[in-house]
Amino acid sequence: MMKQISLMPDEQYQRLQQRNNAEVKNLWDILDEVKDPEVPVLSIWDLGILRDVELDGSSVVVTITPTYSGCPAMDTISSDVKAELNKAGYQEVVIKTKLSPAWSSEWMSPQGRKNLREYGIAPPEDADLCEEGLTPEAHAQCPHCNSRNTRRISEFGSTACKALFQCNDCSEPFDYFKKI
Amino acid sequence: MSDAIKAATLEYATRLGDDAVVLGHRISEWVSYGPFLEEDIAYANVSLDYVGRARMFYTYAAELADDGRTEDDFAYMRSDRDYRNLLLLEMPRGDFAYSQVRQLLADVYYSLVLPKLAQSKDERLAAVAAKSVKETKYHVRRSRDWVHRLGDGTEESHKRTQKAVDQLWGYTHEMFDMDETEQLLADNGIGVDVSKLRDQWHKEVSAILTEATITVPEDSWAVRGGRTGYHTENLGHMLTQMQIVHRSHPGCQW
Repeated sequence: MMKQISLMPDEQYQRLQQRNNAEVKNLWDILDEVKDPEVPVLSIWDLGILRDVELDGSSVVVTITPTYSGCPAMDTISSDVKAELNKAGYQEVVIKTKLSPAWSSEWMSPQGRKNLREYGIAPPEDADLCEEGLTPEAHAQCPHCNSRNTRRISEFGSTACKALFQCNDCSEPFDYFKKI
Repeated sequence: MSDAIKAATLEYATRLGDDAVVLGHRISEWVSYGPFLEEDIAYANVSLDYVGRARMFYTYAAELADDGRTEDDFAYMRSDRDYRNLLLLEMPRGDFAYSQVRQLLADVYYSLVLPKLAQSKDERLAAVAAKSVKETKYHVRRSRDWVHRLGDGTEESHKRTQKAVDQLWGYTHEMFDMDETEQLLADNGIGVDVSKLRDQWHKEVSAILTEATITVPEDSWAVRGGRTGYHTENLGHMLTQMQIVHRSHPGCQW
């Protein structure tokens, strides 16, 4: 029999296990409705910032990890989490912020990466990193025409998590979600 | 946590928060004045990273203080003499070369300090540092690229970059000073012994400056005082601007 080789990174596998084994799986499902306000095709689960959901008596405790230190979306996300749970009938919601381990773009779900690409943002794996492990100067894959003939316009894009590229073939500018 | 360690950690978290908020605010002053749009946005992003870091350090400081103060009180309700930031970070933004040189000096410094702090026995400090380590890699690359470009650029940009280095160099010595508070924390595996990072910092910064055709200054003068609350007049002006809204409308939430 052939050995099955998992293509899912260990971190992703652990997250999925945690979610599937959760006693309050329905709460995790409800929170799929909460999207990153700046990248609305990514749910907080897809982005990997949703770390834990627990039920403590009548209150729901949601643990999230910020992507970047100064990410302005975190406040909006917190209130969106509250609103979504309130809507589902859970009145008491506590949001906990967990800093360690620091968020990594590796935590993004496979579905999230796919959504990102379709939305026009190249996910981290669509670029070969430079020697230092940072965004390269060129050759991130264009999400519009798939060409690798692209160049970096700016290291820092419209939000802290993105760099700006332009495709030399189809001329379209596009965002690249940085590896961090 | 013993009382002495707790008090020292509170002071330390405040210092780190002060450093981050002061530099974060200074570089935010470039927003809408950047040389071109992408650079404007880049500075805004770097600034956000620093301000976010300040929030995390201040939140921890407020928890340790446990006297009802919040992160906002630390940022907005203290006067210049209460601030404990490094003088280098409060200098006015100057021209673009001046800001980028300062950024390089600071970014290289944090690229050495933060990985050590990420090893701290204090879990909170370690967590904030670990988060910032990743961002700092991007910051250093950008400021290094800019200093290369400006130093090894036109006659004018070279002249301005050299001038900035000469003017800022004397403020860098303070970064490697240790006082009793920092020594106590370093001895207990909580804080970073910055005095041990000086040679590495000098080596890395010198290599970048040399490559940018900039002359590395001699260590001929040094100004100190930020860590004890003796600031240049620039900080007062900066805080006035930074704090005016909060002080006019205390407790106001956006």
